Amino acid sequence: MAQRQVVVGSRVGLHARPASMFVKAAAAQPVRITIRKGDGPPVDARSMLRVLTLGARHGDTVILEADGEGAEAALEAVAAVVAEDHDDPV
Amino acid sequence: MTIPSDPSVTTSGEPATAPVPSSLQGIGVCPGLAAGPVARMGPRPRLPDDRPVVVDAEAELAAAMAALSATADDLERRAAATAVPGAAEVLEATAMIARDPALEESIRSAISKGEPAAWAIDRAIDAFRALLLDLGGYMAERVADLDDVRDRTVALLLGQPMPGIPERDTPYVLVAEDLAPADTVTLKPDRVLALVTVKGGPTSHTAILARSLGIPAVVACAAAGTLVEGDIVEVDGAAGHVRPGIKPAAAAETNRREGERRAARAASRGPGRTADGHPVGLLLNIGDAAGAAALARVDAEGVGLFRTEFLYLDRQEAPSIDEQVALYIDVFEAMGGRKIVVRTLDAGADKPLPFLTAEHEPNPALGMRGLRTARRSPGVLIDQLVALARAREQTGATVWVMAPMVATAAETKGFTDLAHEHGLPIAGAMVEIPAAALRAADLLRHADFLSIGTNDLAQYTLAADRMAGELADLLDPWQPALLDLIRMTAQAGLNVGRPVGVCGEAAASPTLAPVLVGLGVTTLSMSASAIADVREALAAVTLAECRERAAAALAGQHPA
Repeated sequence: MAQRQVVVGSRVGLHARPASMFVKAAAAQPVRITIRKGDGPPVDARSMLRVLTLGARHGDTVILEADGEGAEAALEAVAAVVAEDHDDPV
Repeated sequence: MTIPSDPSVTTSGEPATAPVPSSLQGIGVCPGLAAGPVARMGPRPRLPDDRPVVVDAEAELAAAMAALSATADDLERRAAATAVPGAAEVLEATAMIARDPALEESIRSAISKGEPAAWAIDRAIDAFRALLLDLGGYMAERVADLDDVRDRTVALLLGQPMPGIPERDTPYVLVAEDLAPADTVTLKPDRVLALVTVKGGPTSHTAILARSLGIPAVVACAAAGTLVEGDIVEVDGAAGHVRPGIKPAAAAETNRREGERRAARAASRGPGRTADGHPVGLLLNIGDAAGAAALARVDAEGVGLFRTEFLYLDRQEAPSIDEQVALYIDVFEAMGGRKIVVRTLDAGADKPLPFLTAEHEPNPALGMRGLRTARRSPGVLIDQLVALARAREQTGATVWVMAPMVATAAETKGFTDLAHEHGLPIAGAMVEIPAAALRAADLLRHADFLSIGTNDLAQYTLAADRMAGELADLLDPWQPALLDLIRMTAQAGLNVGRPVGVCGEAAASPTLAPVLVGLGVTTLSMSASAIADVREALAAVTLAECRERAAAALAGQHPA
C-alpha cells in the first residue's frame, strides 16, 4: 500500500475551498484514496462530509493511502493539494 | 471579529450605556443602518408526524437518490448562473455534499432499517451535522450547507414548497434562521434592505454575503424569531441592534440619512484633519496581507495596527524566519510608501499558542501574554524582529514596530533596545495596562511612539472582562477613568513631541474620535469600514471644539 504523510498547508485547515479542491482531486484519480488524521480511522477521500468531519486544521499531519496501479502518482497529486495554502478568504 | 464590547460605537452616533430596552441584540457583521418591513424566509419543510411504512426499500432508495441528484443539479445550475462573488464556489461545495458517497451510504443504511426516503435523508444529515457541530468554530458554520441540502431534498420528496427568499415587490428586511448558500444567489440586493439571522457567526454565509453586497447585517440575534412579519424594524449592522416597532416616517428618515451617509462615504478622501486643519492621521487596523488591499479604497494614510497573530495561530511550532519574511514582504509591498505599525506577536489569554503560552493559568488575562511571553521564550520575539528587519530592508518600507502588553519603562527599554539592535529604527509600546498610562512619560524615554489599545485598557482599568456582555456599561469607552488615562498618555507624548495613537475600537467611533483628538491623540487606527465616517466627523469640528468635547467627557458628560 502506498502512503504519504502531508502537513495541511491551508490556513483555514481542510475546510471550505481547500476541502472542495482536495475532494475533487481525489475523485479524479483512478484509484480509491483514503485519508486519516493521526490514529483515526481512514475515510474515503472522495467524500466531502468525511473529509470535513476529520477536522484537519492548519499544521495537522494527515496520512493518505491508496492501493493498486497508479497509486503513487495519485497520492502525489492529492498530497500537493493538501500541502498548498490556497489562501481561502473565508 | 468578536461580539462588540463597545455599545457606544454605533453608526447612528448615539452612545448608550446599555442597549435600548426594546432592541434585540445580535452580532453586527456589516455596518450601516436600514429600516423596513420584516419578511421571513420560506419555512423549512417538516416531516409529517405520521411516518409511512416502507414496503419497497429499493424504490425508497431510488427516490432518495433521485431527489439528492436533482438538488445537486439545481445547485450546480445556480453556481453556473450566479454573479455574486464567491457564491459559485460555495454552491459547488454544497452540491458536492448532495452527491457525497458517505451520505448515500448512511441513507442506504437508514432505509434498510425501515425509514422512508425523506426520513432517511433527515437522519443521515443529522448525524453529519452533529459531527460538524462538535468540531466547533468555522467547521460548525458549515452546518448551513448541510441543512440546505436536507431542506431542498426533503421538500422535493414530500412535495412541499421550496424554502427560501420571499418574493416581494418592495424592499424589506430579511429575517431568517440562517442563510444557506443557495439563498445567497436568489437574493436580490435591491430588494433586501438588511439581513437579520437567528444563527450564524462572523464568518457564516450571511456575514460573507452581506459584506460582499454591502447590506447592513446582524447575525446570532437569538430573539429575531420574535420579529413579526410586516412590522417595521431598524437594523444597526455596526452595533448589532435590531429595533422593532418603528413608525413608517421614522423608517423613511433613517433610510434617507443612511443614503446621504453612503454618498458622503463614497466621496470621502484625503488625510484626516479637523475643520481648522489640525492633522489627525487616519490609519487602518489589518490582520493579514489581504487587509492592506483596503488602503487605497478608503484612502487611509497607512496601517496603525498590523496584527501578526495570523502567522502563528493553529500551529504547533513558530514559523521560520524565511516564512515570515516572505509574508511581511507581501504586506509591506502593498503599503505603497505609507507607514505601517507592526505589533509583535500578541499571544496568551484568549489567543493561546502551544509553543509559547502556559498550559494552565488561573487568570490568563493577568498572566503570560503579549510581550511577557518573551520572558520565557525570547527566541520567538527575536526571530520576528529579525524577519521584520529583513523584510523592511528588502522593500524599503516605513516600518514601525511595537510590543503589546507593556507595563513598565524597563519592559519598554528591553523591547525597544532589542528592536533597534536587530535593525528596526522606530520602536514603541502599546498602552493597554493602566501602569503604562500612568507612567507614559517614563515609557517615552525609551519608546519612539505609543499606541493605546482601548479595549484592553478599559478591561484592566474597570476590571471587567472584555467578553462579559453584562458588564458592557463598564467597558464603555466614555468612562471618565479610561479617558483620564488616554489624556495622560497623549499629554506625555505632546510634551516630548512623540506620536501617541489610539488603535482600539474607540478610534472607530465618529462621536468619540473628536474627543480623543481633544485629549491630545495624534493618530486614530481602525477597520476600513470606519475610516470615512471618522474622517467626516473630524472635518466637522475645530480643534478647540474637540478640546471642549474632551473636557465635557472627562467631566462625565455622555453626549446626547
